Amino acid sequence: MTGPSFLRSRAFRRVTLQAGFVAGLLLLVLAATLTARTNLATQGLTSGFDFLWKSTGWEMNFSLLPTTTADPYWWYLLMGLMNTLFMGTLGLAGASVLGLVVGLMRSGRNPAARLLGTIYIEIFRNLPLILQLFFWYAMANALPAPRASIAFGGALINARGLYLPGLMVGPGTVALAVLSGLVGLGLAIWVLTARRFNRVEPRGQRRVALLAVLAGLIGAGVFVVLGHDPADAWVTLPALQGLKIDGGFRIQPEFYALAIAITTYGAAYVGEIVRGGFKSVGRGQMEAAAALGLSSWHIFTRVRLPLAFRAMLPILINQYVWLIKATTLGIAVGFSDFFMVIASSINHSGQTFEFIGILMAGFLLINFSLAAVLNRLNRAIALKGHQTTGSA
Amino acid sequence: MTASSLPGGQSARLRRLRRDYFGSPLAVLMTLLSAAVIAWIGWFLLDWGVIRATFGADGTQETCVAHGGACWSVIAVRWRVILFGIYPYEEQWRSALACVVVGVVILLSCLPRMWSFGRLALVWVLGTVIFYTLMRGGVLGLVPVNEQQWGGLPLTLFIFVATGIIGMPLAIGLALLRRSEYPVIARVTGWIIDTIRSLPLLSILFTCAIVLPFMLPGFLIGEKLYRVLFGAALFFAAYQAEIIRGGFQGIPKGQEEAAKALGLTYWHRTFRIVLPQAFRLALPATINQFVIAFMETSLIVVVGFMELLAAGNTAFKTGEWKFAYAEVYVFIAAIYFAFVFGLSRYGAYLEARMNVGHRKD
Repeated sequence: MTGPSFLRSRAFRRVTLQAGFVAGLLLLVLAATLTARTNLATQGLTSGFDFLWKSTGWEMNFSLLPTTTADPYWWYLLMGLMNTLFMGTLGLAGASVLGLVVGLMRSGRNPAARLLGTIYIEIFRNLPLILQLFFWYAMANALPAPRASIAFGGALINARGLYLPGLMVGPGTVALAVLSGLVGLGLAIWVLTARRFNRVEPRGQRRVALLAVLAGLIGAGVFVVLGHDPADAWVTLPALQGLKIDGGFRIQPEFYALAIAITTYGAAYVGEIVRGGFKSVGRGQMEAAAALGLSSWHIFTRVRLPLAFRAMLPILINQYVWLIKATTLGIAVGFSDFFMVIASSINHSGQTFEFIGILMAGFLLINFSLAAVLNRLNRAIALKGHQTTGSA
Repeated sequence: MTASSLPGGQSARLRRLRRDYFGSPLAVLMTLLSAAVIAWIGWFLLDWGVIRATFGADGTQETCVAHGGACWSVIAVRWRVILFGIYPYEEQWRSALACVVVGVVILLSCLPRMWSFGRLALVWVLGTVIFYTLMRGGVLGLVPVNEQQWGGLPLTLFIFVATGIIGMPLAIGLALLRRSEYPVIARVTGWIIDTIRSLPLLSILFTCAIVLPFMLPGFLIGEKLYRVLFGAALFFAAYQAEIIRGGFQGIPKGQEEAAKALGLTYWHRTFRIVLPQAFRLALPATINQFVIAFMETSLIVVVGFMELLAAGNTAFKTGEWKFAYAEVYVFIAAIYFAFVFGLSRYGAYLEARMNVGHRKD
């Protein structure tokens, strides 16, 4: 060993290495920013967030609340974010329900049902999601023209979309009603999981949660009644008017193709997680329950499912975060999710860096809050004495 | 009747089968329903795909519609577009050969005999060099072909291989930094990994394709394909780093302490003691990650590359074949399925092989 003694000192190495690492990263970011600034300056673009209040001048093909080309960028971004969340919620719910069914089929005793579940999972899990999406979208576009629409139960389907009977209320009203329902649901989850209510008797806790959900639903009903114009009929049915469909509530092919793709693909993964969860429940637990004289229904709902659910949840959290990210595939078929709004905004305004920043912030916010909520649930339901295997 | 009372034997198996299939009303319902669905799917596929299908390159929309089944003529006519994209027609044998090279590389790295850092690195680097020379040309009398003209299956495979070959060292680096004894380095690396993992891959590819040129000095910008590849590799590395970290956590602390006590240096401890064991523990998850990486190569359609899926899209988007989208997608799906299913079966086989000897509970 040669050289001055301080080079060999641990404390010195400790400080220089860490400082060097951080300084190196900062330098990289600084260099990228400076290059970007000079490059943007030569193209005559200015940075800053003033553009958020400018009107966009292009149309958004799907939004939950009305948008016009005169709306500012921040409104478009908000609508894009809502679309992503809406699609994500639909996809997660659909994938969970279908996945539970497939997982149960796979872990049951009936060989025929098991085979069917296996076929489902192997097909949907081993093909890229975007391929499945393109397939559903091509199928939706290959449906007959509006004149030859296929009708079923008051609804119509054709190449232009799926037309469902609709309630005659404005989109603002629907948004308020949904918000009210969500607030009720959120309150219920809070009551059920918050540590503050740990010492409240479970029965009372459940009753309060049920009341919160009911209140949310009643609130939603009130909003719908208040928002309805008495001069209109309550329900509108889609019907053929000349060459196009009038009335009803149109769901675009882009929308339902993406919803079907995410649901079916997600269900294959959720199904495997469900099967793994059931597999992890010890045989002794079920035998003990049977020995206590519980009926097979009670063994399933009170012993097997709760234990399996606790084993599934940590893996499900990762899968849910993944599925939310998968909604960005909407850009491949033209569904205006958050990412597509960002991409079109970059094309039209040139404010590249600001939008990429917003995109990152948006997804970090969505994913971290989803993971935080689910991790909280995971901790709340964990059994005492068992290790909580939480992950982000 | 007397035989059925004996334990074991054929009748016991029969009885068990009867219990599983027809044990209760619910089981009967499930059996009938499932069997009906399976039979219906099977019959539909047979009827549509074989019995009423049209084969041969001379089929047209009229003959196909008259038969009423699948129109495989579209594959017979357009298969070179689907497999090789817009690669020059006379040079497409090079694309085919390049695919074979990648196939050999993948097969070789599945053999346990090849599992050492040196051998795997050699096979993958050599495979990539041969692939690149074949595809790009310009040497050995091969006509040069620009990256913009690459397409179809070779492009898909190239993205997959390059993602692995760039992403794996990057993942090892990230995983080692994350378990560094220096808290600042470990924390900052953790943030970087978590941030990349919570972003959608599409947004990273998009940023690399469109935004990165602004941030790089002129000489670093390069082809769009390589920037996108770097993005895909970075995303792969963030996930793989967490998998390797999981492997680290499964190794008893004593292993590293013993190595330290023997006076091994950091590099020897890491590359001779810790990493090999971590990789062994993380093998099933690693193969799973490679499977996902293979499926995600198809995302680069969105930033404008003609890989397998996009090439398939162009194959039926000409007027005469517009009706035959299902046949083209089934063909592409079969290719993806062969790769992905094969890889994941291999992963399951390895997992079972590794569990022999130390079975849990």
